[in-house]
Amino acid sequence: MTRTRLRTALTALALLVVTGCADDRADPAATGAGNGGELTVFAAASLRESFTRLGQDFEAAQGVRVTFNFAGSSALAAQINQGAPADVFAAAAPANMATVVDAGNSDGEPVTFARNQLVIAVPRGNPDGVTALSDLTKPDAKVAVCAEQVPCGAAARKALDAAGVALTPVTLEQDVRAALNKVRLGEVDAALVYRTDVRAAADDVDGIEFPESTGAVNDYPIVVLKDADHPAAARAFVDHVNSDTGRAVLTAAGFQVP
Amino acid sequence: MAGGTARARPTPTVAPRGTRRTGRTPVALLVPAILGLLFLVLPLAGLLVRTPWATLPQRLTEPGVLTALRLSVQTATLATLLCLLLGVPLAWLLARVQFPGRQLVRALVTVPLVLPPVVGGLALLLVFGRRGLVGSWLDSTFGVTVPFTTTAVVLAQAFVAMPFLIIAVEGALRGADTRYEEAAATLGAGRWTTFTHVTLPLVAPGIAAGAVLGWARALGEFGATITFAGNYPGRTQTMPVAVYLALETDLEAAIVLSLILLTVSVVILAGLRDRWASAP
Amino acid sequence: MTTGRPASLGQSVPAAGPRLLDAHLVVDRDSFRLDLPLTIAPGEVVALLGPNGAGKTTALRTLAGLLPLSAGHLTLAGRDLDHPVRRTWTPPERRPIGVVFQDYLLFPHLSALDNVAFGPRRHGLDRRQARDLAADWLTRMGLAEHARRKPRELSGGQAQRVALARALAVEPALLLLDEPLAALDARTRLDTRAQLQRHLAAHAGAALLVTHDPLDALVLADRLVVIEHGRVVQEGDAATITARPRTDYVARLVGLNLYRGYADGHRVRLGDGFELTTGDHHEGEVFVAFPPSAVALHPRRPDGSPRNTWPATITGIQQHGDNLRIQLVGPIEVAADVTPAAATQLRLAPGQPVWAAVKAAETRAYPAAPG
Repeated sequence: MTRTRLRTALTALALLVVTGCADDRADPAATGAGNGGELTVFAAASLRESFTRLGQDFEAAQGVRVTFNFAGSSALAAQINQGAPADVFAAAAPANMATVVDAGNSDGEPVTFARNQLVIAVPRGNPDGVTALSDLTKPDAKVAVCAEQVPCGAAARKALDAAGVALTPVTLEQDVRAALNKVRLGEVDAALVYRTDVRAAADDVDGIEFPESTGAVNDYPIVVLKDADHPAAARAFVDHVNSDTGRAVLTAAGFQVP
Repeated sequence: MAGGTARARPTPTVAPRGTRRTGRTPVALLVPAILGLLFLVLPLAGLLVRTPWATLPQRLTEPGVLTALRLSVQTATLATLLCLLLGVPLAWLLARVQFPGRQLVRALVTVPLVLPPVVGGLALLLVFGRRGLVGSWLDSTFGVTVPFTTTAVVLAQAFVAMPFLIIAVEGALRGADTRYEEAAATLGAGRWTTFTHVTLPLVAPGIAAGAVLGWARALGEFGATITFAGNYPGRTQTMPVAVYLALETDLEAAIVLSLILLTVSVVILAGLRDRWASAP
Repeated sequence: MTTGRPASLGQSVPAAGPRLLDAHLVVDRDSFRLDLPLTIAPGEVVALLGPNGAGKTTALRTLAGLLPLSAGHLTLAGRDLDHPVRRTWTPPERRPIGVVFQDYLLFPHLSALDNVAFGPRRHGLDRRQARDLAADWLTRMGLAEHARRKPRELSGGQAQRVALARALAVEPALLLLDEPLAALDARTRLDTRAQLQRHLAAHAGAALLVTHDPLDALVLADRLVVIEHGRVVQEGDAATITARPRTDYVARLVGLNLYRGYADGHRVRLGDGFELTTGDHHEGEVFVAFPPSAVALHPRRPDGSPRNTWPATITGIQQHGDNLRIQLVGPIEVAADVTPAAATQLRLAPGQPVWAAVKAAETRAYPAAPG
């Protein structure tokens, strides 16, 4: 019992180190060489699994190396606006995309390629029997949601408002993975996260769908950047994401596709 | 005296005075020194350049700002006290007591320096969390859970700040003349009295330096705090956490918050320093 | 110079009264061994003399309890403080011993008053009583107006007296003084030595003065114990030791030229065949001693009375009080004191050959074998 918990914890530790530290703070310069037939894609952290898959397909089909910089969308937008060399930007929220577009750093209009929906993440087996948002307001329930400054927090606020649920979380996490990790570590009883995140952590958590989440769907826009070193390859990558193959991969990861 | 031929002490030769070197500072030291200063100060200048001075007063009075600031100063101070309470005895142990594995213990003490703070926070969760080694016992015995509380903030800060204090105090203890402690013993002071009445006052400057370092580190603590204590305004949202979240949406707000944190810490440290400098 | 009884090496001189301190200090450390029998009577001041590394400080630290004995015993006022065989050991804070350390070790963060009050406070007095007592001691030391000063604001002599007051304020059965005057300049030394003498005379307990300065020992102590390489080489009162040194170290200490040889009446044959004529009549192994002032230097071989004359070469000249001390080599090594006027007249310089002469009447011979 204790041993499995420890193992879970250690897995979470490893995950947190990899997802939380290493990549959220990745150095754009290190991944942004941007020449020699190398495509650089800045993508929201929640796209890690699906885009890595799509990148491999794309490399095999096109013979172009794809390098990813996965991080929080706002950090990526800031990096792009500060001149980080990137060809493609895929954001987890239209607001972050707008930052880049408004700064005149995009080439053409962004297109929405995926949608993500909030679910209630609970420990595997749903020990507290959570079925609806209102279950989270029980006095003893400890709930983590994202801070409103990040897209999953904004979406959570919208969903809670739509449901008319007055929820007092114990913490407003800095990103969706941090919120999810609190569930995996057993520190909270539930967290509002994206369906894709639950899908990726299916060994440890279950996702409870709730109707109010439809009002708080998160659009994922993608765009080719103005300063792209390889505009043609960049366009090909965006097309690949929007292709049937791309949609299949995204759907498998838990995204909805338009 | 008898015999009249006692050995005389040799007359000390008087060294010529007034020839103390007052020449120019060597360029080989001056140039890297100035470069070092620039390296440390320029990023601050970068912040100042981007500061939205026009909206500054209005941003300063936003309610969340003062709450986070107060929480930061309070928790950093409590964390420093905790470090003093636990760190000074540990430093004493390392400096004064021979025991097997002392080198290992000394290395372990520096672990929080090397560990990325986020991992430190996670490690604290694994110990003090609801399912943690100690935390589960606390929960089942006292019904106390540590994560997401102000206590957790203090613990996270103390965890990362403690090595600074220990290293400073241990250095001071090693540099202190242990013969004063022997003198105290011959006057009837036991080990504890000697420690409190002689050793501590002797190394007070070292303890002060360590406490300042620790306090500053605690004040700037982010990674361990957000991982272990989470983020909730008024309870666990310290200034660095507020800065991080502000960065998500509003660069200027983040800069303003950073400047406030910087100003407050500089003012407090400078004030304390004056007090110590004038102390006997 | 008075002639005392011959000191007897290896046979301890009985203390004048009952023994307050009765100790046999044995410490083994690496290749060094201290083996020092030591007794001190109440009110007696014993000086422990010896060159650097002789074991003086080690002895002091064992008495204070800062270093345990390897063997032997240490009994003070009837209490067994350290007795390895009986597995008895008393930590320093529970020994009725006061120490004046070499550089005083006044607590830098405390005022003179609080330094002196530190001991009484630890011995159960409340703050006020301890301070009153400390103030008394400072007054007795003539330091009443310096009570509020921190040690760094005191002169060397003042600090020394505060240290003495601090050690005496706990009314120790045994007072230990480690080179108490070494850190002072010559002028301050004189005053402080006189004051120290007064306070030691008033101290009812035993006192042990560790020093390498013979003058301190001779002025302050009732009895001298000289150790070299951890062992007692000579013990006795000041007069005996200054008159009859038994080792080169003691001879240098008291400023005498010392030689060992075989006496046949008034003639003493030294190891290398050189002969000295002495005023004393002896047979067998003897020491011959004479002060540097007894050595006269001549540019040529002197005629007339001195029996002992020999050619020598100057190896060094040092200022010594008002005179010059001349180091000479030749059949024997010897130190001679001459006035600067004489030195100028003789044009003395290192390397210069001269004739040395000593009147037999100015030499003293005494048996080398103890007893």
